[in-house]
Amino acid sequence: MNGERAPNILIGRPIERVEDPRFLRGRGQYVADVNKEGQLFAVILRSSVAHGMLRKIDGDSALKIPGVRAVITAPDLGSQVPVIPLRLHPLPQLEPFCQPVLAHDKVRYVGEAMAVVVADTAAIAEDALDHIDVEIDSLPAITDRAGAEAAAATLFEQHGTNVAIKWTAVRGDADKAFQSADYVRRETFRVQRHAALFMEPRGIVAEWDDAAQRLTFWGAAKVAFANRKILADAMGLSEQQIDMVEVDVGGGFGSRGEFYPEDFLIPFAARFLNQPIKWVEDRREHLMTGNHAREIECDVEIAATNDGRILGLRGQSWTDNGAYIRTNGSVAPRNVAQYMSGPYAIENIHLTTSSLTTNKTPAGTYRGPGRFEGDFVRERLIDLMARDLGLDSIEVRRKNLVADAQMPYPFATITPYEFASEFDSGDNHALFELCLEEFGWAEKVELQGKFIDGRYHGISIGCFIEGGAAGPSEDARIVLETDGMFSVYLGSASVGQGIETIMAQIAGDALEVPFDSIRVLHGSTAHVTAGYGSFHSRSTAMGGSAILLAAEALRTKIRAVAAATLGCSPSDVSLDADRARGPSDTSVMYAELSSEPIEAEATFRNKKTTYAYGSLAAHVAVDPGTGQVEVIQVSSTKDVGRMINPATLRGQSVGAIVQGLGGTLLEHLVYDEDGQLLTGTLADYMLPTADDFPNISTTVIELKPAPHIPLGAKGAGEGEIIPIGGVIANAVANALADLGVEPYELPLSPPRIWQLIEAARSSG
Amino acid sequence: MLIKFEVNGTPAEVDVEPRLSLADCLRDTLHLTGTHLGCEHGVCGACTVIVNGEAVRSCLMLAVQADGENVVTVEGLSNDEALTPLQAAFRKHHALQCGFCTPGMITTAHALLSEEPNADADRVREVLSGNICRCTGYVPIIEAVLAARTAYGADQ
Ligand code: FES
Ligand code: FES
Repeated sequence: MNGERAPNILIGRPIERVEDPRFLRGRGQYVADVNKEGQLFAVILRSSVAHGMLRKIDGDSALKIPGVRAVITAPDLGSQVPVIPLRLHPLPQLEPFCQPVLAHDKVRYVGEAMAVVVADTAAIAEDALDHIDVEIDSLPAITDRAGAEAAAATLFEQHGTNVAIKWTAVRGDADKAFQSADYVRRETFRVQRHAALFMEPRGIVAEWDDAAQRLTFWGAAKVAFANRKILADAMGLSEQQIDMVEVDVGGGFGSRGEFYPEDFLIPFAARFLNQPIKWVEDRREHLMTGNHAREIECDVEIAATNDGRILGLRGQSWTDNGAYIRTNGSVAPRNVAQYMSGPYAIENIHLTTSSLTTNKTPAGTYRGPGRFEGDFVRERLIDLMARDLGLDSIEVRRKNLVADAQMPYPFATITPYEFASEFDSGDNHALFELCLEEFGWAEKVELQGKFIDGRYHGISIGCFIEGGAAGPSEDARIVLETDGMFSVYLGSASVGQGIETIMAQIAGDALEVPFDSIRVLHGSTAHVTAGYGSFHSRSTAMGGSAILLAAEALRTKIRAVAAATLGCSPSDVSLDADRARGPSDTSVMYAELSSEPIEAEATFRNKKTTYAYGSLAAHVAVDPGTGQVEVIQVSSTKDVGRMINPATLRGQSVGAIVQGLGGTLLEHLVYDEDGQLLTGTLADYMLPTADDFPNISTTVIELKPAPHIPLGAKGAGEGEIIPIGGVIANAVANALADLGVEPYELPLSPPRIWQLIEAARSSG
Repeated sequence: MLIKFEVNGTPAEVDVEPRLSLADCLRDTLHLTGTHLGCEHGVCGACTVIVNGEAVRSCLMLAVQADGENVVTVEGLSNDEALTPLQAAFRKHHALQCGFCTPGMITTAHALLSEEPNADADRVREVLSGNICRCTGYVPIIEAVLAARTAYGADQ
């Protein structure tokens, strides 16, 4: 076996997850389950005003309540209130828009933190909130694009504009293409504000060890190393003085684990009072403080030839970023412009996105950031074009998808913070045809536009790409313990996607040892030297590749140690499931190899993005009397290059589809004109439930391994959420084609659809 | 107030503030942290426990209301040796990802199947529609609950 790789026996199998038994028995340990001896409880005083000058915060009477230990306001933080820096795209022109950890001169959204109350119990701290004297001189709230663009009103006076930045994506010569095109159509599209809304509220437990001058932070997720750096800088500590500990995490979807104000405030309070402090948000707080997402207006036009070849995309978009630009606040605006072309060969592109600030909760990434929005616009435009030109929308897509032979094929280049990327390898056409087949397009097309039992039926299909494996690197360390077990330490974080299982599968195959002899530890800063975390669908591809490298290095070390024991040369040693073998039947068990653990650490570096490709089809029925859209079936296909665990992958696919359906049909964070959030409970913010979308089938295949990733796996955590808005809107338009209804705005809620039908009827 | 009730078959006696919810009492006073809080306003179902055989949202019930009652949490539906058939079905069908909604799904499904072992897919969907899961898209949860019916005596 020496030198020869054994066939994979773990990778590619639907192995039951190692996480499950503890979760199923109620023995998971989420941050709200973490308790420290002598801990106090923090709650946050939040602004109830969307925009105003903060004149006074007086905590004196709150401090008189028995059990209240502190009311921390901006002056307690020192001469400068720390500002949360940008984790991604750190451009100097965005710095004025970054969020201070506590409001001091001004409040800019409902929910903004103004003070921290610490008490013996959470209930006492909450009671104390009512006894803090706050004076805010209200200013007019800016809640939409028109308000944001009116020069007179600004959230940041010194900056003079509410346009934080404008991004531009360019390829070819769009103006020229539009000038000579046979066909041009321009429309305005809107996607509503909604959010990731993971089920476990955010929380933190922080403890300061004054003697050792060390801080421990429980509740890290996603990007523990980046957050440790931000926290260290803000607290005047070195990174080595802070341990970020990841416990079980109840969902992330892009939003959890970014650096929020509380990520400073709770550790600060722990040091300030020199006592452990626990904070867990409630759902209302989460709805008004966790990153919002998706709100955008897009004025975009498409140019094509009369036979349906797309020549160009051109236009402008405006994202409503809320009151501040947060750590990853530029991702969605950039992606909208750069990836609006999706998997189609569009040679001429000029798309801009302006990031606007308004008096609403700041926005960040949510699964498929910018791609969900951009795909909605593009897939709608393609169908409008096909209808206008009298072409079959299936043929139009076949004609325009980037073909395998055209790859690598470039996307538009985005500036500033210039980034160019290209399709790596994939077969869009194969996935499209497979999706048509799996969905049963040929039979269902009979239903297109038909009125049956009081409802109009419509079907539609769209195509998508999912970027993954963002660089720059990921670390893994593998230790052969003295008991013969292998511990795998990873920089990748879990956000509930089953990383312990997937990484153990990869490590087991790489080490050629059984699944049960692997233990995976991840996410905490003590485990490896560096880590970049779990975002941009990167954990499996990046962390998994780091495991391959570390495993190879460890096997070399084990051979050397075994050779010394067996009295042979390392090249004569072969490694078995539980032991190292030398020549002529000599062997030594791993558990007896050494009195010291043997370990190897490796870093996998990669600058290139992987792309997973896929298609998604849907069948809807629309009740014209109520405007209700029922999703009768969704089918999807996706190529992930290499599947580690088909069961967890299917879980990601189905989960993404249902989330996308929520964002398309149900979910909406609604504000009034004063900037008050009207959807502050789960009774107002409608999430999909078990009876909404029963028929979902997903097909994931291994067609084209990622060329730049040794593991071959492409990022696969976001995929199918991306095309949903466009596909469902097109299906609704197809269903209502006889009435001439064309939706340009999400969500496709019953009142909106009903109004479109009424408007079409009265004008028709 | 001093209250006495049975939790997972064991008598409990606790001194609680009248305003303490049953969920907080279970989690903080009795350290049964398997009962999760996703909303604290009765919508998400993560906090579901079984009181006298019925699925109840423990965030909407005061601890004092449990006085004299029989309460079962996810811990009480588990044993150390092996997963129960319901739990094993969840695992097999990959009906959980982050696991946060899972205790509420298990308690709700257990209460349902104990009463209605022949519940069909529509009925399971209807009953579980009171429990929010943000990860799985529900499809595998429904599959798991349907698969577990035989263990509750469903007609073959
Ligand atoms: S926590 Fe009780 S229903 Fe959500
Ligand atoms: S498994 Fe995460 S909320 Fe259900």
